[in-house]
Order: sequence, then C-alpha cells, then structure tokens
Amino acid sequence: MTKTRRAWVFPAIILFGGLLTPGCGSDYVVFHPAGPVAQSELNLIVLSAIVVGVVIVVIWVLWAYVLIRFRDTPHNTAPYWPHWQHHRVLEVMVFVFATVALVVVAIPTVHKTYVLDRIPSRHPLVIDVTSLDYKWLFEYPVQHIATVNYFYMPTHRPVLFQLTARSPLSAFWAPNLGGMEYAMPNRVLPLWLEASHSGVFRGRNANFTGIDFWRMTFMVHAVPKKTFSHWVSQVQAAKHPMTRATWRTLLKPTVTPPLRYSNYPSWTFPQRPTAFTVKGLEYVPTKNP
Amino acid sequence: MPIQRWTLHLLRLLFPPQVLLPDIVAIDIGLTVAVIVIGVYLTRTRRWGWLWHEWITTVDHKKIGIMYLIAALIMLFRGGVDALMIRSQLIAPNAHFMGAQQYDEVFTTHGTVMIFFMAMPMVFALFNATVPLMIGARDVAFPRLNAISFWLFAFGAILLNMSFSIGGSPSAGWMSYPPYSELLYNPGVGENYFLLSLQVAGIGTIATGINFLVTILRMRAPGMSLSKIPVFVWSALITSSLVLFAFPPLTVALGLTMLDRVFGASFFTIAHQGMPMMYVNLFWIFGHPEVYILVMPAFGVFSEVVPTFSRKPLFGYEAMVGSLLAISFLGYGTWVHHFFEMGAGPSVNVFFGLSTMLIAIPTGVKMFNWIFTMWGGRIRLTVPMLWQLAFIPTFVVGGATGIMLAAVPGDYQYHNSYFLIAHFHNVILGGTVFGMLSGMYYWWPKMFGWKLNQRQGTWAFALFVSGFWLTFMPQYFLGFEGMTRRMATYPAGLGWTTLNLWSTVGAFVMGAGFLVMVYNILWSRRYRDWDVTGDPWDGRTLEWSLPSPAPEYNFARIPMVQSRDEWWAMKQEGRTDEVKISATTVHPIHMPRNSAMPIMLAFAFFVGAIGLIFAWFWMAILGGLGVIAALAYGSFADYSEVEIDAKHVLQTEAQLGRVES
Repeated sequence: MTKTRRAWVFPAIILFGGLLTPGCGSDYVVFHPAGPVAQSELNLIVLSAIVVGVVIVVIWVLWAYVLIRFRDTPHNTAPYWPHWQHHRVLEVMVFVFATVALVVVAIPTVHKTYVLDRIPSRHPLVIDVTSLDYKWLFEYPVQHIATVNYFYMPTHRPVLFQLTARSPLSAFWAPNLGGMEYAMPNRVLPLWLEASHSGVFRGRNANFTGIDFWRMTFMVHAVPKKTFSHWVSQVQAAKHPMTRATWRTLLKPTVTPPLRYSNYPSWTFPQRPTAFTVKGLEYVPTKNP
Repeated sequence: MPIQRWTLHLLRLLFPPQVLLPDIVAIDIGLTVAVIVIGVYLTRTRRWGWLWHEWITTVDHKKIGIMYLIAALIMLFRGGVDALMIRSQLIAPNAHFMGAQQYDEVFTTHGTVMIFFMAMPMVFALFNATVPLMIGARDVAFPRLNAISFWLFAFGAILLNMSFSIGGSPSAGWMSYPPYSELLYNPGVGENYFLLSLQVAGIGTIATGINFLVTILRMRAPGMSLSKIPVFVWSALITSSLVLFAFPPLTVALGLTMLDRVFGASFFTIAHQGMPMMYVNLFWIFGHPEVYILVMPAFGVFSEVVPTFSRKPLFGYEAMVGSLLAISFLGYGTWVHHFFEMGAGPSVNVFFGLSTMLIAIPTGVKMFNWIFTMWGGRIRLTVPMLWQLAFIPTFVVGGATGIMLAAVPGDYQYHNSYFLIAHFHNVILGGTVFGMLSGMYYWWPKMFGWKLNQRQGTWAFALFVSGFWLTFMPQYFLGFEGMTRRMATYPAGLGWTTLNLWSTVGAFVMGAGFLVMVYNILWSRRYRDWDVTGDPWDGRTLEWSLPSPAPEYNFARIPMVQSRDEWWAMKQEGRTDEVKISATTVHPIHMPRNSAMPIMLAFAFFVGAIGLIFAWFWMAILGGLGVIAALAYGSFADYSEVEIDAKHVLQTEAQLGRVES
C-alpha cells in the first residue's frame, strides 16, 4: 500500500508546485502593475479574490464535512433526519452571508469604475491609436509623429488613447499599465493609462481579427519626461513622413516590424469624435500641452 | 465550353483549398466508408423499415429523447476532438500542428458544436425523456411539433458538420462578431453555414420551448399543482420560457448578418456606417440567457439526484424554485458584462456589473441548499451522485470567478484572456456537462431499461473530473500572464509554456474519460443488467413508478397526485398498488400517430438553407416551397391519432405485473 501511495506523491508535488510557484514571477503581467490604473485594477482583483476565496472555502469545508459525516455506511452514527427540509433561520443566514460577501465586492467596484473613467489631468498626452490588419498605428496629434507597433510615453503623466480601427473589432491591451478597451471601426473610444516608473512593456490585440491576429503585438516604452521629448525630436528630425502610399501599404493585411514617421496626414484618423466617446472624460483637446 | 467552365466553377465553390487538406480528405473517406458500412448493415439485417417506422417517423417523446441523447454524444465527440486539436496546437510554443486558418476553423466549430449541438440537445434529451413521465402525462403537448424540433436540430447539425468537407468551415468564432464575419474579411461560404445551421436548429429550439411550456402548464396529472412538481420540471419550465424570449434576438442577429452577406445589406458592415455593436448587443441579449438555459436544467437534475441519493426531501423547495425564477429574471439584465470594454459609460457598466453580482445570491442559496439536503441524510455514492458531488466544489469556483469578472475594473484585465476561458469552461463543464452526465446516468435505466456499469462509470467520472481540473485551473493563471483567447500559437519566453503543457495533458485525460464512458455504455449494452423493478435507485418522483422503459402510453392509469415526492409517499404509505390497473378500470388510450411530415419539413428547410448558403436562389425558393408544402400536408392530414384498445393495454400491463388480480 505504501508503495502505491508513494508513486502518487511525486507527480502530485510536481503538479501543484508547477501550478502554484510561478505565481510570483514577472511573467504574471497583471500582478506587476507599472502604473496607477493597473494598480487600482489589481487591488480590486485581489480584494474580490479574497472575498470569493472565503466563500469557496466555506462551501468546500461544508461539502467535505457532509460527505464524510453522512455516508450511507452500515455503522454510521450520524443522525438521520428523513423529514428535515426547512429551516427559516438557516435560509436567511445563507441569504445574508451571500449578500454581505457581494456588498464587500460591489462597493469598491462601483467606486473604481467611476474613478477610472475620469482622467486625472486636463492636459494628458494624446495618442490616437488605429488598429490595422495585424498592426497597431500610434499617432501623436500634437507632436505630429506616428509609430507602428511601438510607442514612447512619458512617466507620471496620464496618456489619453483615442482608439479606432480600420480592421475588425480589436482590443488594445497593455496589462502592465492597465486593462483593455476595444478599437472599433466607425467609432472612437477613449482609454487613459499612466506609467509610474519607466520600463518596456508588452501589449497586444486581445480580440480575434484573423489568421495573424496573435502576432499583432506592440511595445510600450515608458521613459522619463526628458527622454520622451528627446525621442520626439529625434523622430521629427528623421524626415520620413507617412505618405498616401505608405498609408495604403499599412492598410494591407500584413505583420510589420516597428516603424516610425516624422509626420502623417491628419485624415488618417477620424476628425470628429462620434457618440459614445470622449464625452465621459471631461477632456477638451488643446493644442498646447 | 460553357458547361465545362460552369462545372469547374462549381467544383471550386464546393471544394476550395481549405477543404482539400490531407487530414480532412482522410476524414471524408472515413465518413463515406462508415456510411456505406451502416447502409449495408441495415440492408442485410433488413432494418430500414424498422428504422423508418420505429425511429425516423416517431413522435414518441421517449424515443425522441433517446435520439437527442445519441446525437448529443456524437457531437460531444466531435467537439471534443476539436478541443484536443486546439490543445495539441497549444502544447508548446511555436507549434504548427495545424495552420492558423485551420486553427480558426477548429475553435469556431468547437464552440458552436459544444453550445448549440451538444449542450442544447443534451438538455432536450433529458427534458424529452423525463418531463412527461414526471408530471404524469402520456406525451408532450404537441408530439409532432416535438419531432419537427428534433429533425430541425438534426439537419442544423448536419449542415454545420458538412461545412468542413464541402465549401469550407466557418472561422469567425462561435460569437461571429462582425465586421470580421462579413464578406470583406470572410469571403466563401463557411460563415453562411454558421448562420444557416444555427437558424435552422434555432427554429426547432424555439418550438421545443413552446412545447415544454405548454406541456408543463397544461398536462400535469390531477392533483399536481405547480407547488408539487419536481424541481427538475420547474427547471424545464423556466428554461423553456427563457428559450422563448432569448432565441428571437439570435434569430434577428443571424438573419441580419445573412442579409448583409447574401443580399448585400449593410447592417453590421464597416462600409455605409454599419453598426457592428448592434450585433454584439443582439447576440448577447440571446447569449447570456443562453448560459442559464444551459445551466438551469443541470440545477434541476441535481435537485432530483441529491434527494434520491441522500434519502431526504430537497431542502428548501420554495427557495430552490424562487432562486431559479430570480436567476431567469436577472439573467436578462446582464448581457453588457460580455463587453464592458466597448465604450459604454461607467453607469451602464456599473448597472450590468451589479446585476451580474446579484445572480450570485440565488445561486449561492442553491449551493447551500443542496449541501443542507445531504445534511442529516444517508449519501450513496452512485455514479449520478458522484457527478453531483464533483459539481459543488467545481461550480463554486466557476461562480466565484464569475463574481470577479463582474467587478468591472477587474474585467478590464480579464476580458478575452484565458482567465475568461477558464471561467466559462468552469461553469459550462462543471455545471451543464456534469449535470447532464449525472442526469444521463440517473435516468439511463428509465430510458433504456438497463443500467450502466457502476465501476466503469466511476472510472470515467474520475478521469473526466481530474482531467477537467488539470485542464482549466492553469488557464486562470495563463490569463494573469496575459495570454488571450484564439491565439493560433504563441512565442516562447512569455512564461506560458508550462501551464499550457499541463492544460493539454488535462484535456487528454478528459478525452480518456470520455472514451471510458463510451466503453461503459457499449459494455453495459452487451451484458445488459435489466432493471426489472422500474425503480433501481429507490427514487422519489413519478417516473420511477413506471416500468423501465415506460410503455408507449407511459401511464395506463393517470395517477392522482397528493404530495411533492409522490412515488416516495406512495412507498411510505403503502399505496404503491395505486399504479396498477384491473380489467374493470382499464380504458382505451389515444396516442399520436407517427408521421413522416417532420423529417420532410426539416429536409425542406435543409434544402432551402443550402440554397441560401451557396446563394443558389432557385434552390432556396424550392426549399421554401417544400416547407410550405410540408406544412400544408401536415395541416390537412387526417387521423393524427391512433387508439390503443383496452385489451392491448391490459395485456401489456399484465406482462409487466401491473394488473390487480
């Protein structure tokens, strides 16, 4: 008996070890927030996980107890109540327990949903994002530069992303900085993120848009303000503007390496925000950052 | 030659490159051989007539239930093979077991098959097999409509499943969001197959909803008030009403997409300011109630299984029924939680987040009530009970992660990630599939007259459940690592490798569990352990008062119901002789007559659907005329009933030992 038992121990250790130990590694992007939005989302994730964890444990313990105690074995000494089918107090207690657990999650949910909807600055950096087939285009309307599949942003300054698509529904997701928002054709949707320390972060399209959608990733370079201005002037100085011809190439369904443009035609991004959009943000675009 | 050019064009349409892959051609050949073998077997054993009279034209709810069950198991196999192909592709980074196009087709059919052609028929299999027996009825309210529903489902399933050998599979995901599902991105007929197969099957589903609604409301035995019907019947009633209100939005969404694709409209296109968002709303107005359509019957099954195998009445009947009603009502107000990231304002998101959380209260009440039902009972570990016992700890995890997903800002990080994938497999497998399998093992003796081997059933259960945990628990963590759904493959170096490997191993363990289950069924059929009592589990509800399987008229004598667990009460009070008849009390019984009209009608729909899929409008019109002709024939045909005379009833019952001397 001991031999067969032991045979199970090793695989079991490897299995659970393999599942649980990586929990702290930096691959767990959601657990490594690099800015206030991701941090606030993580806090809610942790809080809700603890609350539902309590519910899970309560039910598991009750379940295990009942299963052990009330088995139909010949010498079971547990009581047998063949008519017990009501207990008002118990039913009310269960109801209250479930309700309290939910209220604990619900209050911060409501609070954070509203907080995250308001960008905490009247002068954010604006980046217009367009999802193209299998690539991301980033345009800086004030700096008049554009990049593909990567972008720079300054730390400690909220960034307003205005998302649209010239492709099927895509979802813009840079988990270290915060949760996602869809990029849709014929619509412009807002999302604000902020980096509280510098670093290079991965982002991707989280919604299926075709055979190469899984290769549709981008890199976020969060850098100090000075480095950012330096980078902007570098790109501006490169004298490599986006033309009508480059735009047409970009519209083709391809995967491209990172690209940058010292200028771009303004008609590449919808000029008039549509319904649904920046209204909720109390944001007024200004020319002077 | 124009004829030659036309033929060439047709061949290209029917066999585009994506259906000429070697593995697909191999499957085509295998299927053809299988069809020929079955045909030869039926001819040699002279069973064509038997097949036609006993099964194809039947309107008997018990046989329709069996056909639904067989179809659901076949579709579970198909969807399961798709799942194993997906997991094989993801076993290691940069694996190219299939190309991206084929991968997209496989995950699309996996989702579509599992939801619409596995879970739905499994639910309807149990409804058909048991609901009339549990309420003391001789059939459903509209028996021929019931057969029509089945055949519409069957031809819908055939449509979707033939797409991969003729014309090409759909590849836009089971939700088929436009504009990706529109012609611009999805030329070819694959997407049309998706739209039309769901449309055809969906008509049948709505009809089933109406049928069971009327059956349960109008055909209960005398004395069986709504407060006395078993909770499974309550779940059938509520599910049917959900079907009735949830499927029409799907019909509209699919219909408008079809108009876009086949007739050049622009409801959801990018061009002409189409509104893809509108499809997303319509789809989830259907899609979220659909989740409850799938899980409520499982709740119903457990509410029968737990009392039976704990030898106790269900704890808190009113609370159980009340929470089913609450869930069904709240279920209509949660659909936006599938797209918190599509730009609705914070107030809208908060409303739908909170309404979603509210659903956890009645669900939590149910979990506790099942536990309290076992409390103070005597638990027998039979196979149906094992599935229930696995359900509680599994489903509570799925429900819990559901609350996490409902916390709106949290969802910004989970949406479309593997966290979401783990969550909905956790509730659909841990809820619906565990529940349906529990129900299948529970009512199998009643449906077929023989029992399934307990030891093999336990093995199948153990493999399937452990495989399930191994597959889906790692996926929660993959979500936190930023892995998103529907990726055809992934690069190394993101930390996803180990967890994906475990997940794939788990999937194959689950596959092994399914194979053991099939072996379990075949073995038990070979060495039949007949259920001669009609009550193999010491049951509580009316279906166990009947012989297994029930005679075609179910009840020779309609019972007068006095209490909730009527059969249990009869046994306790020594009233079991009430089910017997005598030469003086026997009456002739009127039963619905078999009809070929249902399969003809469904076939006409099938022809019409093919016409629309390939945009051969002459064929679509032909199919439409066929539908009208079948309906007209059905309306004017006489003799829709047969009479089973009293002598025959008396003979049958005497053979079953149910005649008073």
